Amino acid sequence: MELLSGDDLEGFRAATRAWLEANCPAAMRTPARSADDDVWGGRAAVFPSDDARVWLERMGARGFTAPTWPREYGGAGLTAEQARVLDEELRSLGCRAALKSFGVWMLGPVLLQYGTEAQKLAFLPPTARGELRWCQGYSEPAAGSDLASLQTRAVLDGDAYVVDGQKVWTSHADKADWMFCLVRTDPAAPKHEGISFLLIDMRSPGVSTRPIRLISGASPFCEAFFDGVRVPAAQLVGRVNGGWAVAKALLEHERALISRMRDAAFGEDESLESIAKRYLGTVDGALADPVLRDRIAQASMDSLCNSLTLRRSAEGARSGRPPGAETSMFKLYGTELNKRRLELIVEIEGFRGVGVEGSEFSADELASTRAWLRSRANSIEGGSSEIQLNIIARRVLGLPE
Amino acid sequence: MSLVLTEDQESIRKMAREFVQRRMPTTHLRALRDGADALGYSPACWSELAGLGVAGMTFPEAVGGVGLGFAELGIVLEECGRTLAPTPIVSTVVLAGGAISLGGTDAQRARWLPGVCAGERVLALAHDEGTRHARHRVATRAEPVAGGFRITGEKSFVLDGHGADALVVAARVAGASADRAGIGLFIVPAGSPGLTVARTPLVDSRNAARVRLDGVVVPDDQVLGAPDGGAAVLDRVLDRGAIAVSAEMLGGALEAFERTVAYLKTRRQFGVLIGSFQALKHRAAQMFCEVELSRSIVLAALRALDDDGPDAALLAAAAKARTTDTFLRVAGEAIQMHGGIGVTDELDIGLFYKRARVAAMTLGDAAYQRDRYARLQGY
Ligand SMILES: Cc1cc2nc3c(=O)[nH]c(=O)nc-3n(C[C@H](O)[C@H](O)[C@H](O)COP(=O)(O)OP(=O)(O)OC[C@H]3O[C@@H](n4cnc5c(N)ncnc54)[C@H](O)[C@@H]3O)c2cc1C
Repeated sequence: MELLSGDDLEGFRAATRAWLEANCPAAMRTPARSADDDVWGGRAAVFPSDDARVWLERMGARGFTAPTWPREYGGAGLTAEQARVLDEELRSLGCRAALKSFGVWMLGPVLLQYGTEAQKLAFLPPTARGELRWCQGYSEPAAGSDLASLQTRAVLDGDAYVVDGQKVWTSHADKADWMFCLVRTDPAAPKHEGISFLLIDMRSPGVSTRPIRLISGASPFCEAFFDGVRVPAAQLVGRVNGGWAVAKALLEHERALISRMRDAAFGEDESLESIAKRYLGTVDGALADPVLRDRIAQASMDSLCNSLTLRRSAEGARSGRPPGAETSMFKLYGTELNKRRLELIVEIEGFRGVGVEGSEFSADELASTRAWLRSRANSIEGGSSEIQLNIIARRVLGLPE
Repeated sequence: MSLVLTEDQESIRKMAREFVQRRMPTTHLRALRDGADALGYSPACWSELAGLGVAGMTFPEAVGGVGLGFAELGIVLEECGRTLAPTPIVSTVVLAGGAISLGGTDAQRARWLPGVCAGERVLALAHDEGTRHARHRVATRAEPVAGGFRITGEKSFVLDGHGADALVVAARVAGASADRAGIGLFIVPAGSPGLTVARTPLVDSRNAARVRLDGVVVPDDQVLGAPDGGAAVLDRVLDRGAIAVSAEMLGGALEAFERTVAYLKTRRQFGVLIGSFQALKHRAAQMFCEVELSRSIVLAALRALDDDGPDAALLAAAAKARTTDTFLRVAGEAIQMHGGIGVTDELDIGLFYKRARVAAMTLGDAAYQRDRYARLQGY
């Protein structure tokens, strides 16, 4: 991938900013108020407003929902540097995400790497435009951290696989159009060598889902059941029984994503110390509670160190290099930091941080309570913190099994 | 500025590593310790390092320096940290030399800095008075007398104070202890009447001293800048010093960590390598993350010094806090994961542990830095 010189990059920045200013509706430049404002697209897309729909259409048409994908697959063909500039401009204008999409974040990068030309052309452009919504069928009741022990079966019958089994914790399975799914195609092979990566249309006969409720009160994920579901063989990605490599590559992207994610509580911008000042007050300019003050300073420094490390890794990687074992470090540390931050917010708020509903509590307080409960999942989903530690120990430090 | 080293910086690392590993491995520190060396560092090695440009690295060519920056000096300090190589870099180059460079007149710079750059003069900053670092707590008094000041007071744990050719002394011209205003900086050459310096040996076997000033008279031409305006210079050199010590601690933490990981791959118990025990693996992986975070903040802080950025003070606090926590944790875990041999003097790990604790306290420990960080951020 060719690196642009500084000048070209600044030209790109100016052009991008002009385009965003002309195309991002004013209402889409205000902070999202809640998860209801998120746009996930799909065949049955729900838009919170007309502006949100227009914003997605324009971003999708421009390729900016999947900026680094090649144009022929619905992307904008940007270099990593240009994508960073786009991201910075989106932030500086305060633009909302036009699209949230597992398809763009996770599936796309591995389809680009492992998919056939026909698969790329069939799935990537509509995914980038937000017309297909995806879910991730990895975990099963008996295969969580030990993902490779999964048992959902796929047996070839003519030109289709017949899938039987169950997935669990499948985020948005009830709303998704398609699933990228790990299935066992060779039960006799060692567990990592009998897995394939299948794309399954959720409208196929024999697919059903059931929502699961979380401690935060939301029901974002489901159990998914497969009962004799016929899946065209052309929808298998990579080699038959070679799905584990695809699955792992996808997990790297998922981890990179989760480590960048911060659950919104008090919007993106309000710092811990500013929340603390409102709730705790100050004495001689210092927060009135010296113990919380110390912990806030610690958390704030640690998150500074984390951002600097992300920056250093990005600078080191230059453009184009796929994420490696270091994403485990960012997944681990980013999610632990986010949990600490939300714990601190709830502690700062006192009882106001543990309300469920009612006029006693502000919308921000209720949002932070939900975000706090949601954040406990950060260090479980996408491979738990313990699994990340295992990966660092083995792949980075070379410690024995 | 990028957080990735340039080719020139990589070659400085190579040069420093080669020198330190060859001339100042941990056996060098042991020899100084076991010989009860009065200075706690080797003037011969220091002179060789100066010959490689280390002493003059951050000073301009006009005073005999090399005109590079803290990013480069930080690399050398990190390498020194790896072998616990004792050098007067922090005391002479960063603290006292930095104060003269920032606050001194041309004549003062010309008198002291060429000798510093040549590795011929060792200087020390005599600032702290209590048992722990406190930025503006200065009770030592400087009273005006005809043609100068008369200084009376006591300084504790002065880095490389023993054997220094001159001290830069912080003394109060006005105000009460802990006031930022009213602190002056005074150059006091060794042997000045009324000055006594006694070594206070610490567990890291380096040089720290108690300094008594008993009516020491300092002529006007040895005052650094305005006699009551020293805090501006003091603040900057203390930030620089905190970052320099952080760079050294990063090296120490890395070395202790790498030695420990290597041990996990060689020591067997229960018929397997102890590195296969998950209780140890996970802690090793956590240490890895902390060392990486430490590296990022140290690099950013060093660069902020070179860019003269407004956030240098904040990054100094964050860097010192982070590397302090990391080095203490890593050195402590290093002992634990080595088992019994970890607490023997024969193994170097204990030397790292002792240095970690002294370096932690030097120029403010982690709790001190968190307080400062919060204050700088307005809470
Ligand atoms: C909010 C949320 C969304 C999710 N979305 C999806 C999704 O869309 N699609 C999908 O497929 N999955 C999804 N998951 C599932 C997620 O990937 C699994 O929960 C995760 O992999 C852990 O598996 P488990 O829940 O079975 O826990 P287990 O594997 O049973 O783990 C239980 C505990 O044992 C520890 N443990 C397990 N193995 C080891 C080991 N080798 N060493 C040390 N400790 C170990 C774990 O760290 C954990 O603390 C989601 C989970 C959450 C919480």
